[in-house]
Amino acid sequence: MRIWDLHTHFPTTGGATAEQRADKLIRIADRMGIERLCLYMGFPWSQDPAPEKFRAENDQVLSVLPKHADRLLGFVYLNPKHEDASLAELERCVANGPMVGVKLWVAQHCNTLEVERIVKRAHELKAVVFQHTWFKAGENYAGESTPSELAELAQRLDGKPIICGHTGGDWERGIRAIAAQKNVFADLAGSDPVAGYTEMAVRELGAERIIYGSDASGRSFSSQLAKVHGADIPDAAKRLIFAENLIRLLAPILREKGIKF
Amino acid sequence: MLRRRRFLQTTLAAAALAAARADAQQVERSPLIDTNVWLGRWPIRRLRLDDPGSLAGKLGQNGVTRAWASSLDGLLHKDIKAVNERLAHDCRQLPVFEPIGAINPMLPRWEADIAACAALKMRGIRLIPAYHGYKLDDPRFVEALRLATAQKLAVQLALVLEDARTQNPLMFAAPPDITPLPKALEAAPGARVMLLNWLRSMAGKPVLLALAGTNVVFDIAMLEGIAGIDATLEDMPLDRLCFGSYAPVFYHEAAKLKLQESDLSAAQLTAITHANAQRFLSA
Ligand SMILES: [Zn+2]
Repeated sequence: MRIWDLHTHFPTTGGATAEQRADKLIRIADRMGIERLCLYMGFPWSQDPAPEKFRAENDQVLSVLPKHADRLLGFVYLNPKHEDASLAELERCVANGPMVGVKLWVAQHCNTLEVERIVKRAHELKAVVFQHTWFKAGENYAGESTPSELAELAQRLDGKPIICGHTGGDWERGIRAIAAQKNVFADLAGSDPVAGYTEMAVRELGAERIIYGSDASGRSFSSQLAKVHGADIPDAAKRLIFAENLIRLLAPILREKGIKF
Repeated sequence: MLRRRRFLQTTLAAAALAAARADAQQVERSPLIDTNVWLGRWPIRRLRLDDPGSLAGKLGQNGVTRAWASSLDGLLHKDIKAVNERLAHDCRQLPVFEPIGAINPMLPRWEADIAACAALKMRGIRLIPAYHGYKLDDPRFVEALRLATAQKLAVQLALVLEDARTQNPLMFAAPPDITPLPKALEAAPGARVMLLNWLRSMAGKPVLLALAGTNVVFDIAMLEGIAGIDATLEDMPLDRLCFGSYAPVFYHEAAKLKLQESDLSAAQLTAITHANAQRFLSA
Protein backbone atom coordinates (compact mmCIF):
# COMPACT_ATOMS: atom_id res chain seq x y z
CA MET A 1 0.00 0.00 0.00
CA ARG A 2 1.37 3.44 -0.94
CA ILE A 3 1.85 5.73 2.04
CA TRP A 4 2.27 9.50 1.85
CA ASP A 5 2.71 11.33 5.16
CA LEU A 6 0.88 14.67 5.32
CA HIS A 7 2.53 15.94 8.47
CA THR A 8 6.21 15.79 9.46
CA HIS A 9 8.83 18.01 11.06
CA PHE A 10 12.59 17.90 11.43
CA PRO A 11 13.83 15.60 14.22
CA THR A 12 15.43 17.33 17.18
CA THR A 13 18.31 14.87 16.97
CA GLY A 14 20.35 13.24 14.23
CA GLY A 15 22.76 16.10 13.73
CA ALA A 16 23.04 19.86 13.96
CA THR A 17 22.15 20.63 10.36
CA ALA A 18 18.86 20.57 8.49
CA GLU A 19 20.41 18.15 6.01
CA GLN A 20 21.45 15.64 8.68
CA ARG A 21 18.06 15.81 10.37
CA ALA A 22 16.16 15.38 7.09
CA ASP A 23 18.38 12.39 6.31
CA LYS A 24 17.42 10.84 9.64
CA LEU A 25 13.71 11.46 9.08
CA ILE A 26 13.86 9.75 5.70
CA ARG A 27 15.99 6.87 6.95
CA ILE A 28 13.33 6.02 9.52
CA ALA A 29 10.44 6.66 7.12
CA ASP A 30 12.10 4.07 4.86
CA ARG A 31 11.81 1.48 7.62
CA MET A 32 8.04 2.07 7.67
CA GLY A 33 7.40 2.02 3.92
CA ILE A 34 6.55 5.72 3.63
CA GLU A 35 7.03 7.00 0.10
CA ARG A 36 6.67 10.77 0.47
CA LEU A 37 6.65 13.16 3.40
CA CYS A 38 5.23 16.67 3.62
CA LEU A 39 7.71 18.64 5.72
CA TYR A 40 7.04 21.93 7.43
CA MET A 41 8.55 24.33 9.95
CA GLY A 42 12.20 24.47 10.92
CA PHE A 43 13.97 24.47 14.25
CA PRO A 44 13.79 25.65 16.93
CA TRP A 45 10.00 25.97 16.81
CA SER A 46 8.20 29.24 17.25
CA GLN A 47 4.48 29.54 17.91
CA ASP A 48 4.21 33.20 16.94
CA PRO A 49 7.16 33.84 14.63
CA ALA A 50 8.19 37.25 13.35
CA PRO A 51 8.62 37.36 9.55
CA GLU A 52 12.39 36.92 9.70
CA LYS A 53 11.89 33.83 11.91
CA PHE A 54 9.36 32.08 9.64
CA ARG A 55 11.49 32.95 6.62
CA ALA A 56 14.49 31.34 8.32
CA GLU A 57 12.45 28.21 9.13
CA ASN A 58 11.22 28.01 5.54
CA ASP A 59 14.83 28.36 4.37
CA GLN A 60 15.68 25.27 6.40
CA VAL A 61 12.95 23.32 4.62
CA LEU A 62 13.94 24.74 1.22
CA SER A 63 17.54 23.72 1.85
CA VAL A 64 16.71 20.01 2.06
CA LEU A 65 14.19 19.73 -0.80
CA PRO A 66 16.65 19.42 -3.73
CA LYS A 67 18.53 16.46 -2.23
CA HIS A 68 15.28 14.60 -1.52
CA ALA A 69 13.21 15.87 -4.46
CA ASP A 70 11.58 12.46 -4.87
CA ARG A 71 10.72 12.11 -1.16
CA LEU A 72 10.01 15.47 0.49
CA LEU A 73 7.28 17.98 -0.28
CA GLY A 74 7.66 21.41 1.35
CA PHE A 75 4.83 23.38 2.95
CA VAL A 76 5.48 27.05 3.73
CA TYR A 77 5.02 28.11 7.39
CA LEU A 78 3.24 31.46 7.73
CA ASN A 79 2.03 33.72 10.53
CA PRO A 80 -1.22 35.52 9.60
CA LYS A 81 -0.53 38.18 12.23
CA HIS A 82 2.04 39.42 9.71
CA GLU A 83 -0.25 39.28 6.72
CA ASP A 84 1.78 41.18 4.12
CA ALA A 85 4.98 39.35 5.02
CA SER A 86 3.08 36.05 4.90
CA LEU A 87 1.66 36.79 1.46
CA ALA A 88 5.14 37.73 0.26
CA GLU A 89 6.55 34.52 1.72
CA LEU A 90 3.83 32.53 -0.04
CA GLU A 91 4.98 34.08 -3.34
CA ARG A 92 8.64 33.36 -2.59
CA CYS A 93 8.19 29.72 -1.53
CA VAL A 94 5.18 28.54 -3.56
CA ALA A 95 4.54 30.84 -6.55
CA ASN A 96 8.25 31.25 -7.26
CA GLY A 97 9.63 28.31 -5.29
CA PRO A 98 9.24 24.55 -5.02
CA MET A 99 6.78 24.38 -2.10
CA VAL A 100 3.33 22.89 -2.60
CA GLY A 101 1.39 23.68 0.56
CA VAL A 102 0.82 26.05 3.47
CA LYS A 103 1.13 25.31 7.20
CA LEU A 104 -0.77 27.50 9.64
CA TRP A 105 -0.19 26.82 13.31
CA VAL A 106 -1.25 28.56 16.52
CA ALA A 107 -0.39 32.24 16.08
CA GLN A 108 -3.81 33.41 14.90
CA HIS A 109 -7.36 32.02 14.99
CA CYS A 110 -8.35 30.81 11.55
CA ASN A 111 -11.84 32.35 11.41
CA THR A 112 -10.28 35.78 10.83
CA LEU A 113 -10.14 37.80 7.62
CA GLU A 114 -6.35 37.76 7.40
CA VAL A 115 -6.31 33.95 7.43
CA GLU A 116 -9.08 33.89 4.84
CA ARG A 117 -7.09 36.17 2.52
CA ILE A 118 -3.95 34.05 2.87
CA VAL A 119 -5.84 30.81 2.26
CA LYS A 120 -7.57 32.27 -0.82
CA ARG A 121 -4.23 33.34 -2.31
CA ALA A 122 -2.86 29.86 -1.55
CA HIS A 123 -5.82 28.33 -3.37
CA GLU A 124 -5.10 30.53 -6.42
CA LEU A 125 -1.64 28.97 -6.41
CA LYS A 126 -3.18 25.46 -6.09
CA ALA A 127 -1.38 25.02 -2.75
CA VAL A 128 -2.77 22.58 -0.18
CA VAL A 129 -3.63 24.34 3.07
CA PHE A 130 -3.12 22.74 6.48
CA GLN A 131 -4.49 24.47 9.58
CA HIS A 132 -3.59 23.10 13.03
CA THR A 133 -6.60 22.72 15.34
CA TRP A 134 -7.22 21.47 18.89
CA PHE A 135 -10.17 21.19 21.21
CA LYS A 136 -8.34 21.17 24.54
CA ALA A 137 -9.93 20.19 27.82
CA GLY A 138 -7.79 22.87 29.43
CA GLU A 139 -7.15 26.06 27.51
CA ASN A 140 -6.08 26.40 23.94
CA TYR A 141 -3.11 28.68 23.21
CA ALA A 142 -4.13 32.32 22.75
CA GLY A 143 -4.21 32.10 18.94
CA GLU A 144 -4.98 28.38 18.62
CA SER A 145 -7.91 27.42 16.37
CA THR A 146 -10.61 24.87 17.06
CA PRO A 147 -12.21 22.62 14.42
CA SER A 148 -15.38 24.72 14.77
CA GLU A 149 -13.46 27.84 13.80
CA LEU A 150 -11.98 25.96 10.86
CA ALA A 151 -15.44 24.87 9.72
CA GLU A 152 -16.43 28.55 9.87
CA LEU A 153 -13.50 29.54 7.65
CA ALA A 154 -14.21 26.64 5.29
CA GLN A 155 -17.71 27.99 4.60
CA ARG A 156 -16.12 31.04 3.00
CA LEU A 157 -13.78 29.13 0.65
CA ASP A 158 -16.12 28.39 -2.30
CA GLY A 159 -15.89 24.67 -1.66
CA LYS A 160 -12.08 24.63 -1.95
CA PRO A 161 -10.37 22.13 0.37
CA ILE A 162 -8.71 22.80 3.69
CA ILE A 163 -7.20 20.32 6.14
CA CYS A 164 -8.20 20.21 9.79
CA GLY A 165 -4.91 19.44 11.56
CA HIS A 166 -5.14 16.72 14.24
CA THR A 167 -8.94 16.64 13.68
CA GLY A 168 -8.95 18.73 16.82
CA GLY A 169 -6.96 16.23 18.88
CA ASP A 170 -10.13 15.43 20.80
CA TRP A 171 -11.25 13.67 17.63
CA GLU A 172 -14.76 12.70 18.76
CA ARG A 173 -15.52 16.41 19.09
CA GLY A 174 -13.44 17.37 16.06
CA ILE A 175 -15.18 14.96 13.70
CA ARG A 176 -18.57 16.30 14.79
CA ALA A 177 -17.44 19.91 14.28
CA ILE A 178 -16.31 19.41 10.67
CA ALA A 179 -18.71 16.69 9.50
CA ALA A 180 -21.23 18.95 7.76
CA GLN A 181 -18.59 21.09 6.03
CA LYS A 182 -17.68 18.86 3.10
CA ASN A 183 -14.57 20.75 1.95
CA VAL A 184 -12.82 20.06 5.27
CA PHE A 185 -10.40 17.13 5.37
CA ALA A 186 -9.37 15.37 8.58
CA ASP A 187 -5.66 14.92 9.43
CA LEU A 188 -5.14 11.86 11.66
CA ALA A 189 -1.76 12.99 12.99
CA GLY A 190 -0.36 13.83 16.35
CA SER A 191 -2.55 12.22 18.97
CA ASP A 192 -2.51 8.89 20.78
CA PRO A 193 -3.48 5.84 18.67
CA VAL A 194 -6.84 5.52 20.38
CA ALA A 195 -8.85 2.68 18.90
CA GLY A 196 -12.01 3.75 17.11
CA TYR A 197 -10.67 7.08 15.83
CA THR A 198 -10.42 6.10 12.18
CA GLU A 199 -13.59 4.00 12.20
CA MET A 200 -15.63 6.96 13.49
CA ALA A 201 -14.01 9.33 10.99
CA VAL A 202 -14.83 6.97 8.10
CA ARG A 203 -18.40 6.58 9.34
CA GLU A 204 -19.05 10.31 9.76
CA LEU A 205 -16.88 11.90 7.07
CA GLY A 206 -16.31 9.15 4.51
CA ALA A 207 -12.87 7.71 3.79
CA GLU A 208 -12.29 10.21 0.97
CA ARG A 209 -12.06 13.06 3.51
CA ILE A 210 -9.41 11.51 5.78
CA ILE A 211 -5.64 11.84 5.38
CA TYR A 212 -2.91 9.94 7.19
CA GLY A 213 -0.19 12.07 8.78
CA SER A 214 2.18 11.33 11.62
CA ASP A 215 3.43 14.57 13.20
CA ALA A 216 6.82 12.87 13.33
CA SER A 217 9.35 13.53 14.69
CA GLY A 218 7.61 14.39 17.96
CA ARG A 219 5.37 11.40 17.38
CA SER A 220 6.48 8.00 16.19
CA PHE A 221 5.46 6.90 12.73
CA SER A 222 4.24 3.67 14.34
CA SER A 223 1.56 5.05 16.62
CA GLN A 224 0.12 7.07 13.75
CA LEU A 225 0.35 4.40 11.05
CA ALA A 226 -1.47 2.09 13.47
CA LYS A 227 -4.55 4.31 13.28
CA VAL A 228 -4.96 3.14 9.69
CA HIS A 229 -3.30 -0.29 9.69
CA GLY A 230 -5.24 -1.24 12.82
CA ALA A 231 -8.62 0.20 11.87
CA ASP A 232 -11.55 -2.06 11.06
CA ILE A 233 -12.18 -0.52 7.63
CA PRO A 234 -11.92 -1.91 4.07
CA ASP A 235 -8.56 -1.92 2.29
CA ALA A 236 -9.95 0.51 -0.28
CA ALA A 237 -10.54 3.00 2.53
CA LYS A 238 -7.01 2.47 3.84
CA ARG A 239 -5.60 3.21 0.38
CA LEU A 240 -7.55 6.48 0.23
CA ILE A 241 -6.39 7.53 3.69
CA PHE A 242 -2.76 6.47 3.31
CA ALA A 243 -2.10 8.20 -0.02
CA GLU A 244 -4.86 8.60 -2.59
CA ASN A 245 -6.68 11.51 -0.95
CA LEU A 246 -3.50 13.52 -0.43
CA ILE A 247 -2.32 12.76 -3.95
CA ARG A 248 -5.68 13.94 -5.29
CA LEU A 249 -5.35 17.26 -3.42
CA LEU A 250 -1.72 17.75 -4.44
CA ALA A 251 -1.98 16.57 -8.05
CA PRO A 252 -2.73 19.99 -9.63
CA ILE A 253 0.24 21.74 -8.04
CA LEU A 254 2.58 18.79 -8.49
CA ARG A 255 1.73 18.72 -12.21
CA GLU A 256 2.17 22.48 -12.51
CA LYS A 257 5.61 22.26 -10.90
CA GLY A 258 6.60 19.18 -12.86
CA ILE A 259 7.01 17.10 -9.71
CA LYS A 260 6.59 13.43 -10.68
CA PHE A 261 4.36 11.23 -8.58
CA MET B 1 21.79 -22.12 -21.57
CA LEU B 2 18.25 -20.88 -21.42
CA ARG B 3 17.17 -24.03 -19.64
CA ARG B 4 20.02 -23.75 -17.18
CA ARG B 5 19.14 -20.14 -16.41
CA ARG B 6 15.53 -21.06 -15.88
CA PHE B 7 16.61 -23.91 -13.65
CA LEU B 8 18.80 -21.58 -11.61
CA GLN B 9 16.01 -19.06 -11.30
CA THR B 10 13.59 -21.75 -10.21
CA THR B 11 16.04 -23.15 -7.68
CA LEU B 12 16.90 -19.72 -6.32
CA ALA B 13 13.25 -18.79 -6.10
CA ALA B 14 12.47 -22.02 -4.26
CA ALA B 15 15.37 -21.46 -1.88
CA ALA B 16 14.23 -17.89 -1.25
CA LEU B 17 10.70 -19.11 -0.62
CA ALA B 18 11.91 -21.76 1.80
CA ALA B 19 14.04 -19.19 3.62
CA ALA B 20 11.09 -16.82 3.82
CA ARG B 21 8.93 -19.62 5.23
CA ALA B 22 11.58 -20.47 7.79
CA ASP B 23 11.75 -16.77 8.73
CA ALA B 24 8.00 -16.58 9.06
CA GLN B 25 7.94 -19.69 11.24
CA GLN B 26 10.73 -18.25 13.35
CA VAL B 27 8.67 -15.10 13.86
CA GLU B 28 5.60 -17.24 14.63
CA ARG B 29 7.46 -19.28 17.20
CA SER B 30 9.21 -16.39 18.89
CA PRO B 31 7.34 -15.39 22.05
CA LEU B 32 5.75 -11.97 22.31
CA ILE B 33 4.61 -10.95 25.78
CA ASP B 34 2.25 -7.98 25.89
CA THR B 35 2.63 -6.54 29.40
CA ASN B 36 -0.11 -3.93 29.05
CA VAL B 37 -3.52 -5.30 28.15
CA TRP B 38 -6.92 -4.58 29.68
CA LEU B 39 -10.22 -6.39 29.95
CA GLY B 40 -13.47 -4.88 31.24
CA ARG B 41 -15.02 -1.64 30.07
CA TRP B 42 -13.34 1.68 29.27
CA PRO B 43 -15.76 4.18 30.80
CA ILE B 44 -15.87 6.81 28.04
CA ARG B 45 -16.16 4.74 24.87
CA ARG B 46 -17.12 1.28 23.64
CA LEU B 47 -14.07 -0.38 22.15
CA ARG B 48 -14.26 -2.84 19.29
CA LEU B 49 -12.13 -5.32 21.25
CA ASP B 50 -13.66 -4.85 24.69
CA ASP B 51 -14.84 -8.42 24.97
CA PRO B 52 -12.12 -10.89 25.95
CA GLY B 53 -12.67 -13.27 23.05
CA SER B 54 -12.28 -10.61 20.35
CA LEU B 55 -9.24 -9.18 22.06
CA ALA B 56 -7.64 -12.61 22.36
CA GLY B 57 -8.28 -13.14 18.65
CA LYS B 58 -6.60 -9.87 17.68
CA LEU B 59 -3.63 -10.49 19.97
CA GLY B 60 -3.21 -13.94 18.44
CA GLN B 61 -3.24 -12.49 14.92
CA ASN B 62 -0.56 -10.02 15.94
CA GLY B 63 1.71 -12.73 17.35
CA VAL B 64 1.13 -12.19 21.07
CA THR B 65 1.78 -15.38 23.00
CA ARG B 66 0.98 -14.03 26.48
CA ALA B 67 -0.91 -10.91 27.57
CA TRP B 68 -0.84 -9.47 31.08
CA ALA B 69 -4.36 -8.25 31.66
CA SER B 70 -5.99 -6.19 34.35
CA SER B 71 -9.56 -4.87 34.35
CA LEU B 72 -10.57 -1.36 33.36
CA ASP B 73 -13.43 -1.85 35.79
CA GLY B 74 -10.76 -1.31 38.45
CA LEU B 75 -10.62 2.39 37.55
CA LEU B 76 -13.94 3.34 39.11
CA HIS B 77 -15.50 0.28 40.70
CA LYS B 78 -15.27 -0.01 44.48
CA ASP B 79 -16.01 -3.72 44.69
CA ILE B 80 -12.48 -4.58 43.64
CA LYS B 81 -12.71 -8.16 44.81
CA ALA B 82 -15.55 -8.82 42.36
CA VAL B 83 -13.59 -7.04 39.60
CA ASN B 84 -10.62 -9.32 40.15
CA GLU B 85 -12.72 -12.46 40.41
CA ARG B 86 -14.28 -11.69 37.02
CA LEU B 87 -10.82 -11.05 35.65
CA ALA B 88 -9.54 -14.38 36.98
CA HIS B 89 -12.56 -16.11 35.45
CA ASP B 90 -12.03 -14.53 32.01
CA CYS B 91 -8.34 -15.41 32.08
CA ARG B 92 -9.15 -19.05 32.87
CA GLN B 93 -11.40 -19.17 29.80
CA LEU B 94 -8.73 -17.67 27.53
CA PRO B 95 -5.30 -18.84 28.58
CA VAL B 96 -3.43 -16.19 26.54
CA PHE B 97 -4.28 -13.83 29.41
CA GLU B 98 -2.22 -13.63 32.59
CA PRO B 99 -4.42 -11.99 35.26
CA ILE B 100 -3.01 -8.93 37.01
CA GLY B 101 -5.29 -7.79 39.83
CA ALA B 102 -6.44 -4.20 40.19
CA ILE B 103 -5.76 -2.63 43.59
CA ASN B 104 -7.02 0.69 44.97
CA PRO B 105 -5.15 1.50 48.19
CA MET B 106 -7.53 4.38 48.95
CA LEU B 107 -10.37 1.98 49.74
CA PRO B 108 -10.96 0.59 53.23
CA ARG B 109 -9.49 -2.88 53.66
CA TRP B 110 -7.58 -2.73 50.38
CA GLU B 111 -4.97 -4.99 51.95
CA ALA B 112 -7.47 -7.87 51.75
CA ASP B 113 -7.71 -7.35 47.97
CA ILE B 114 -3.96 -7.96 47.68
CA ALA B 115 -4.31 -11.16 49.69
CA ALA B 116 -7.23 -12.16 47.45
CA CYS B 117 -5.08 -11.68 44.33
CA ALA B 118 -2.47 -13.99 45.84
CA ALA B 119 -5.17 -16.51 46.71
CA LEU B 120 -6.38 -16.39 43.08
CA LYS B 121 -2.79 -17.36 42.10
CA MET B 122 -2.18 -14.05 40.37
CA ARG B 123 1.44 -13.06 39.85
CA GLY B 124 1.02 -9.31 39.83
CA ILE B 125 -1.14 -6.32 40.70
CA ARG B 126 -1.79 -3.12 38.79
CA LEU B 127 -2.05 0.29 40.46
CA ILE B 128 -3.70 3.29 38.84
CA PRO B 129 -2.73 6.28 41.02
CA ALA B 130 -4.16 8.95 38.70
CA TYR B 131 -7.67 7.49 38.95
CA HIS B 132 -7.50 6.51 42.60
CA GLY B 133 -6.22 9.87 43.71
CA TYR B 134 -2.92 9.38 45.50
CA LYS B 135 0.63 10.52 44.99
CA LEU B 136 3.66 8.27 44.95
CA ASP B 137 4.90 9.72 48.24
CA ASP B 138 1.71 8.51 49.95
CA PRO B 139 2.54 6.00 52.71
CA ARG B 140 -0.22 3.72 51.41
CA PHE B 141 1.62 3.45 48.09
CA VAL B 142 4.78 2.29 49.84
CA GLU B 143 2.67 -0.08 51.92
CA ALA B 144 1.10 -1.52 48.75
CA LEU B 145 4.59 -2.16 47.35
CA ARG B 146 5.61 -3.89 50.59
CA LEU B 147 2.50 -6.04 50.87
CA ALA B 148 2.63 -7.07 47.23
CA THR B 149 6.27 -7.98 47.58
CA ALA B 150 5.54 -10.04 50.70
CA GLN B 151 2.95 -11.95 48.63
CA LYS B 152 5.48 -12.38 45.77
CA LEU B 153 3.38 -10.18 43.52
CA ALA B 154 4.93 -7.90 40.92
CA VAL B 155 3.54 -4.36 40.72
CA GLN B 156 2.56 -2.52 37.56
CA LEU B 157 1.93 1.21 37.78
CA ALA B 158 -0.37 2.38 35.00
CA LEU B 159 0.50 6.07 34.81
CA VAL B 160 -1.44 7.80 32.02
CA LEU B 161 -4.68 6.33 30.71
CA GLU B 162 -5.79 9.29 28.61
CA ASP B 163 -4.17 12.43 27.22
CA ALA B 164 -4.92 15.20 29.72
CA ARG B 165 -6.06 17.42 26.84
CA THR B 166 -8.99 15.18 25.91
CA GLN B 167 -10.21 14.19 29.38
CA ASN B 168 -13.64 14.97 30.75
CA PRO B 169 -13.05 18.00 33.01
CA LEU B 170 -15.56 16.59 35.52
CA MET B 171 -13.36 13.51 35.97
CA PHE B 172 -9.88 14.83 35.38
CA ALA B 173 -7.06 12.42 36.24
CA ALA B 174 -3.79 14.34 36.21
CA PRO B 175 -0.73 12.32 35.21
CA PRO B 176 1.06 11.33 38.42
CA ASP B 177 4.44 12.76 39.33
CA ILE B 178 6.95 9.90 39.39
CA THR B 179 9.65 11.95 41.13
CA PRO B 180 8.99 10.24 44.52
CA LEU B 181 9.27 6.74 43.01
CA PRO B 182 13.01 6.11 43.64
CA LYS B 183 12.50 6.96 47.32
CA ALA B 184 9.41 4.75 47.58
CA LEU B 185 11.42 1.88 46.12
CA GLU B 186 14.09 2.33 48.78
CA ALA B 187 11.38 1.91 51.40
CA ALA B 188 10.13 -1.32 49.81
CA PRO B 189 13.17 -3.54 49.31
CA GLY B 190 12.73 -6.34 46.78
CA ALA B 191 9.69 -4.76 45.12
CA ARG B 192 9.39 -5.51 41.41
CA VAL B 193 7.88 -2.48 39.67
CA MET B 194 6.96 -1.86 36.05
CA LEU B 195 5.77 1.46 34.65
CA LEU B 196 3.02 1.25 32.03
CA ASN B 197 2.02 4.19 29.83
CA TRP B 198 4.91 6.37 30.89
CA LEU B 199 6.02 9.22 28.68
CA ARG B 200 9.59 10.36 28.26
CA SER B 201 8.31 13.88 28.86
CA MET B 202 6.68 13.10 32.20
CA ALA B 203 9.80 13.23 34.32
CA GLY B 204 13.04 15.10 34.00
CA LYS B 205 16.18 13.29 32.98
CA PRO B 206 17.43 13.12 36.61
CA VAL B 207 14.37 11.07 37.62
CA LEU B 208 14.74 8.73 34.67
CA LEU B 209 18.43 8.32 35.45
CA ALA B 210 17.60 7.61 39.10
CA LEU B 211 15.10 4.97 37.94
CA ALA B 212 17.66 3.52 35.55
CA GLY B 213 19.72 2.86 38.68
CA THR B 214 16.91 0.73 40.18
CA ASN B 215 15.34 -2.46 38.82
CA VAL B 216 12.21 -0.72 37.49
CA VAL B 217 11.10 -1.83 34.03
CA PHE B 218 9.13 0.15 31.46
CA ASP B 219 6.66 -0.66 28.70
CA ILE B 220 6.58 0.97 25.25
CA ALA B 221 2.86 1.68 24.77
CA MET B 222 3.15 5.46 25.08
CA LEU B 223 6.73 5.76 23.93
CA GLU B 224 6.69 8.46 21.26
CA GLY B 225 9.11 10.17 18.87
CA ILE B 226 10.61 8.66 15.72
CA ALA B 227 12.52 5.45 16.42
CA GLY B 228 11.54 5.87 20.07
CA ILE B 229 12.98 2.57 21.27
CA ASP B 230 16.39 3.40 19.80
CA ALA B 231 16.27 6.82 21.45
CA THR B 232 15.24 5.36 24.82
CA LEU B 233 18.01 2.78 24.75
CA GLU B 234 20.52 5.62 24.60
CA ASP B 235 19.66 6.40 28.25
CA MET B 236 18.22 3.15 29.54
CA PRO B 237 19.76 -0.31 29.94
CA LEU B 238 18.31 -2.87 27.52
CA ASP B 239 17.03 -5.11 30.31
CA ARG B 240 14.42 -2.47 31.32
CA LEU B 241 12.24 -2.19 28.24
CA CYS B 242 9.23 -4.47 27.66
CA PHE B 243 6.67 -4.76 24.91
CA GLY B 244 3.28 -3.36 25.96
CA SER B 245 0.41 -2.14 23.81
CA TYR B 246 -2.37 -0.65 25.99
CA ALA B 247 -4.85 -2.66 23.90
CA PRO B 248 -7.75 -2.52 23.47
CA VAL B 249 -7.77 1.23 24.30
CA PHE B 250 -4.98 1.74 21.75
CA TYR B 251 -4.73 0.08 18.36
CA HIS B 252 -2.52 -2.93 19.06
CA GLU B 253 -0.53 -2.33 15.86
CA ALA B 254 1.09 0.81 17.33
CA ALA B 255 3.34 -1.14 19.71
CA LYS B 256 4.00 -3.84 17.15
CA LEU B 257 5.18 -1.31 14.56
CA LYS B 258 7.53 0.33 17.08
CA LEU B 259 9.63 -2.84 16.97
CA GLN B 260 10.08 -2.21 13.25
CA GLU B 261 10.62 1.56 13.46
CA SER B 262 13.75 1.22 15.60
CA ASP B 263 16.78 -0.56 14.20
CA LEU B 264 16.89 -3.39 16.74
CA SER B 265 19.32 -6.30 16.83
CA ALA B 266 18.11 -9.85 17.43
CA ALA B 267 19.33 -9.61 21.03
CA GLN B 268 17.46 -6.34 21.56
CA LEU B 269 14.28 -7.82 20.10
CA THR B 270 14.56 -10.87 22.33
CA ALA B 271 14.95 -8.70 25.41
CA ILE B 272 12.07 -6.38 24.59
CA THR B 273 9.57 -8.87 23.19
CA HIS B 274 9.77 -11.40 26.01
CA ALA B 275 13.01 -12.03 27.91
CA ASN B 276 12.77 -8.93 30.12
CA ALA B 277 9.10 -9.54 30.89
CA GLN B 278 9.67 -13.21 31.69
CA ARG B 279 12.49 -12.35 34.06
CA PHE B 280 10.43 -9.61 35.71
CA LEU B 281 7.37 -11.74 36.41
CA SER B 282 9.12 -14.91 37.46
CA ALA B 283 11.72 -13.27 39.71
ZN1 LIG C 1 2.80 19.10 13.69
